[in-house]
Amino acid sequence: MDTTHYLEMFLDESREHLQAVNEQLLKLEDQPQDLKIVNEIFRSAHTLKGMAATMGFEDIASLTHQMENVLDLIRNNELAVSTNVIDVCFEAVSVLEEMVREISEGGDGKQDVSLLVTKLKQMGKQPNDNPSLILSKKDKGDFFTPIQFDEYQTAVMLQAKEQGYQVYQLIVRLSDDCLLKGARIFMVFEALDGLGEVIKTIPLVDELEEGQFEQDVTIVFVTNDSENTIQQKIINITDIQSVGCTAIEEIETIPKNDLKRDKITEKQKDSYSVSINHSPTKTIRVNTERIDHLMNLFEEMVIDRGRLEDIAQTEGNHELSEAVEHLTRVSQDLQNMMLSLRMVPIEKVFNRFPKMVRGLAKDLEKKINLQIVGAETELDRTVIDEIGDPLVHLIRNSIDHGIEPPEKRKAQGKPEEGTILLRAFHSGNHVMIEIQDDGAGINREKVIEKAVKSGLFSLEHAESLIDAEVNELIFSSGFSTADQVSDLSGRGVGLDVVRTKIESLGGHILIDSSPGEGSTFSIQLPLTLSILSTLLVSLQDDTYAVPLSSIEETVLLPKESVFQAHNQSVMDFRNKIIPLVDLRKAFELNNQLHDHPLIEKETIAIVIVRKGDKLAGLIVDSFIGQKEVVLKSLGSYLGQIDSISGATILGDGRVSLIIDPNTLIK
Amino acid sequence: MEDLSKVIVFMLKDQQYGVNLQQVLSIERLQAITHVPQTSSFIKGVMNLRGDIIPIIDLMERLSVGSMVQDDSTRVLIVEIDTYKIGLVVDTATDVIDLESSMIEPAPSIIGGVKSEYIKGVAKLEGGLLVLLDLEHVLNVEEQREVLDVVNEEKVSGGH
Repeated sequence: MDTTHYLEMFLDESREHLQAVNEQLLKLEDQPQDLKIVNEIFRSAHTLKGMAATMGFEDIASLTHQMENVLDLIRNNELAVSTNVIDVCFEAVSVLEEMVREISEGGDGKQDVSLLVTKLKQMGKQPNDNPSLILSKKDKGDFFTPIQFDEYQTAVMLQAKEQGYQVYQLIVRLSDDCLLKGARIFMVFEALDGLGEVIKTIPLVDELEEGQFEQDVTIVFVTNDSENTIQQKIINITDIQSVGCTAIEEIETIPKNDLKRDKITEKQKDSYSVSINHSPTKTIRVNTERIDHLMNLFEEMVIDRGRLEDIAQTEGNHELSEAVEHLTRVSQDLQNMMLSLRMVPIEKVFNRFPKMVRGLAKDLEKKINLQIVGAETELDRTVIDEIGDPLVHLIRNSIDHGIEPPEKRKAQGKPEEGTILLRAFHSGNHVMIEIQDDGAGINREKVIEKAVKSGLFSLEHAESLIDAEVNELIFSSGFSTADQVSDLSGRGVGLDVVRTKIESLGGHILIDSSPGEGSTFSIQLPLTLSILSTLLVSLQDDTYAVPLSSIEETVLLPKESVFQAHNQSVMDFRNKIIPLVDLRKAFELNNQLHDHPLIEKETIAIVIVRKGDKLAGLIVDSFIGQKEVVLKSLGSYLGQIDSISGATILGDGRVSLIIDPNTLIK
Repeated sequence: MEDLSKVIVFMLKDQQYGVNLQQVLSIERLQAITHVPQTSSFIKGVMNLRGDIIPIIDLMERLSVGSMVQDDSTRVLIVEIDTYKIGLVVDTATDVIDLESSMIEPAPSIIGGVKSEYIKGVAKLEGGLLVLLDLEHVLNVEEQREVLDVVNEEKVSGGH
């Protein structure tokens, strides 16, 4: 079978199921008695096994099969949920994830799983007086579900096998429009009667006779005729759509609890049907490329809208203005819809943290309780894709440097278990993500000592630093206060990379820390990256755009209010002295003779921008107005230009550069 | 069969140059260019081409044979090199001709001040010599970056 078409779908769904298994395993660790959770895991593992077998990824199938067996023991109360069990399961899931990743990168997903399989098998091997049988069969996907038999049935089958009979599992599917289901199935039994003996049916015979079943009926059948003969016989009956037939080759002995057997068979049937009908909300999978394309088209429209706005303004035609206004409103709604299409709950990123924290806490012998709040908060997909690694860094940092070992915490009168709170929420046009720990906080002395040692500044200078400035230091490159380099952090790469990454996403990161009480990292991210609210300013002959998000205020300042300090123009802004940056100078536009330095004009137009706690004034020729613009890349040919974050096309068709104020604030 | 290639012929000052037609996406009139700070001097800025933002290069300045003078006949060749779309400012785009490979001779070391590494070859036509440009080299990204780095370094060292 050519399965390449299904590969994408297989990968997507595998990831989802593995994620589900991860989450449920964590839950199970908390509530080992809850069999519902085991069932959930079983369901995911089972679906995964079926898909993998269909796609021909045998290693995935065999590993999930063993996992299923262990889970089966758990839900039959034959195996207690222990840390060991959970660990091995996590190990298996990690390997599965690895294999799925490999497949997605074009590999064959083959890996030596024998060690894990043995581990899982060993767990399953516990002595039990009351063995019954489970059939393992050649995996042919989900179509053939495992069936359990009672003692009588297994005895018959074993005996039949000994006498050279063959045991088959048949799946008979009736056509959609079959009216007399009971009668048709009766005819099937009639046909089989002459060939051998029916051992078991799913559903039970009573239900079959009353027609109480869907389209599929599973029959276990003992015969000495060949597969073909059986299939031929049945397919000739009216209203039979298809007949699947598989030989049950080996009969494996697995301990079973006698009392629960019948219930389990029922349960398993349930889980099978549920996994098929598992579609709570009506959604469709859409290739992200299509959404991107739609977004591009929409951006074109926003540009044209801008052009129309300009025309309407110059024409002064009332009807035209009205039409354009309406268009603006509609496209505003459209824009919101478009953006919501690209929105993904941050859950997608947060999901992987519980497992990670569990692993790290174990490695470092710390007790950590991770709380997640606001996982449903939505963010632009492009941001989601990028924000994962920085968050991993920050959480690792909190675990490694923040939370103290249990003894130390106890000595300080804190609960042994440290808490890390991961919180996401919307705030205006931004999304905030906070990582808060109740650990040691930032040690001012240690940071200063380290900074002086690495030559960032002198000890005398350090005295004058305020706490916030010291905290900022941990974001400098090559900085780490960990005494020893651990696996996790302490290499001094990390936090500065985190900051760079977040700033490249148009966000900010702030840190708040008090010694002994813990630290909070707050990340502020824009909701979307592609459409920006900006202030247009003119500079020489060109129009530049400054993102509104970083603008504090605009000021028209009389010439006399500009002062000089240390060869730097400064101004007084609400009793704070802030530096002024002449954009013409910064952009080297000042090469034409007729230009006077802006600073010599009577009133100077200044855009006050903010970066963290720092403010600066950007001197421009004049303000034009506020405008929603579409962020476009300048392309890679020009390379990285420090003070420009991109470009946009204005209503008149001209290109306007978007200023990145962050780089202009020193 | 002879090896034919189609070449777009354009003028820079009084010299005819040619580039392979396959590399040229379109020929446009020069529109308003937005200057981009902190770039090499031969990069004139960026232009809006039907929604795409395209960097514009003064080919004359790039080849060190002068610098552009804008008039009615000034055109921009939009070329695609690697994955980059780039606009080249030329004096006029005059013709599209077929060239047989036998007509193309290797470049002498220097032609009219243009370094030989930028030249694929020279063809003798009735109207004079046609210089075939090697756009991959002319627009070499690494080299462009290096130029930029040098500019920046000079700026930094000059500042202190």
